[in-house]
Amino acid sequence: MNIRENIKTLIIEKPLELDCGRTISKFPLAYETYGKLNENKDNAILVFHALTGDQFVTGVNPITKKDGWWSYAVGPKKSIDTDKYFVICANVIGGCMGSFGPSHENPETKKIYGTDFPVITINDMVNAQVNLLDFFNIKKLFSVVGGSMGGMQVLQFVSNFPDKAKTAVPIACTSSHSAQNIAFNELGRQAITADHNWMDGKYNSKRTLPDKGLAVARMAAHITYLSKKGLQEKFGRNLQERDDLKFGFDADFQIESYLRYQGSVFVDRFDANSYLYITRAMDYFDLVKQFDGNLSNAFKKTKTKFFIMSFTSDWLYPTQENKDIVIALNAIGANVGFVEIDSDKGHDSFLLEVPDFLNALKNFLDKSYIESNDES
Amino acid sequence: MMKAEYNFIANIIEKNSTVLDVGCDDGTLMEFLKKNKNVNIRGIEISKEKVQICIAKGLTVIEGNAELDLKQFPKNSFDYVVLGQTLQAFINPEIVIKELLRVGKKAIVTIPNFGNWKVRLDLLFKGTMPITSSLPHEWYNTPNIHMCTIKDFVKFSETMNFKIVKSLALINKNISNISKSNIFLKNLLGELGIFLIEK
Repeated sequence: MNIRENIKTLIIEKPLELDCGRTISKFPLAYETYGKLNENKDNAILVFHALTGDQFVTGVNPITKKDGWWSYAVGPKKSIDTDKYFVICANVIGGCMGSFGPSHENPETKKIYGTDFPVITINDMVNAQVNLLDFFNIKKLFSVVGGSMGGMQVLQFVSNFPDKAKTAVPIACTSSHSAQNIAFNELGRQAITADHNWMDGKYNSKRTLPDKGLAVARMAAHITYLSKKGLQEKFGRNLQERDDLKFGFDADFQIESYLRYQGSVFVDRFDANSYLYITRAMDYFDLVKQFDGNLSNAFKKTKTKFFIMSFTSDWLYPTQENKDIVIALNAIGANVGFVEIDSDKGHDSFLLEVPDFLNALKNFLDKSYIESNDES
Repeated sequence: MMKAEYNFIANIIEKNSTVLDVGCDDGTLMEFLKKNKNVNIRGIEISKEKVQICIAKGLTVIEGNAELDLKQFPKNSFDYVVLGQTLQAFINPEIVIKELLRVGKKAIVTIPNFGNWKVRLDLLFKGTMPITSSLPHEWYNTPNIHMCTIKDFVKFSETMNFKIVKSLALINKNISNISKSNIFLKNLLGELGIFLIEK
């Protein structure tokens, strides 16, 4: 897959010391932008993507030829209005859409890194991405926005750089990955490493791909992104292009066929080792522990205005985990708004057409933008 | 919706102070105070729809329930905490009052007065639960499960051991002070009691 020509890449010269102890430098960070940076450079929004996202937020993704992962929310006149704001999104390090990741070649050994790639954390991801501010000469972002793992990056970003964002919108996320979150991620990793073709992570040089394992990982994860009610309403016990059960193990049910399809299209665009690395980063995320058990301390130095949203049917990052962040912020008198959005679409709600969510996001950003311009 | 008492609440609140509006509804009072008193104001509201309206107005509001969610605010987080006409709707008004006075240095509480003569006449002559313009619900669907009178609230302050710094009665869109000598009359005529209280 020759993806280079459609990808903008910034080479980060400055050494970055990773949480694992290793230091990386001269590494690529792939990014994309939408809209225009204004003269005052005060209309920039840094969007963080989730586990399987990439820098192609909206419009047609030039690599997959499909709509960007947040096309419902980002674009002209949309919630994150690209007529108004300059949107930047980078592929996380550890990823597979051009940023420094396990599918890259190790310059010392001339071999693909595979599992020799350093273990990355959410902290490392945002420390890499903050370089984009210098690159675009932006002193302060208008907002940092992201859902799921993107929301974790929002929290980490504000904690690391308390004066670099006027507003922050963490959506459907958590300050600390729960045992259930880790369990599901481990299931995915086991599916990948159990695939014979994974070859201890050296599949690139063996010219094989652990497609089966990666597909199973995606299928399992996909279930966690939906709600029971949503699945039941969409699929029920409907049969897949057949009148009756076939008494075999083909996909009799529509839900089976749907999951198999989701798995098969995923392997075309995602690297199995990246999946291992990024899920690991999520599992290691524990902002509470980073601040010795007191989440409030993560935000003590910031004046950033927060707006947090969760979804009623999200059981992966449930409302209470989002509310815990609200509570920690209120405990230090931070400026925080919160609403739980009614939706049957599960964790995936933030990626889908959920009008209450999209309106709230737009209203918060647009009103805050007017307010911040009045102040300055 | 702009209510008659908002002007009087605004008069009590000092400029540039910090305020929490508990049960902030569609944010009308918040906007009014922001504009007229330049306060740093937050809201808490139980209805998702109302929270959405507040967000659309650019107000900082969290979706939550005063009985459960006030505890996340530390002691004396705000100069004033406002509770407008909802004390009677809580399962446990005692806890709510305690929480208001913990979170705020002062609290402003307004109550629809069940001692108003219209209410009294309704019960006296009709023998049914009173329904008035400020209390429009039937007994079986009213959110007001703990109705009280102006007099009851004064008594409540003694039992709960908090100070009433200022007490006002709203009668026909006019405001007047409640004192020991006139409380009988104010309790009969007042549609609404407005109280500034502290620990």
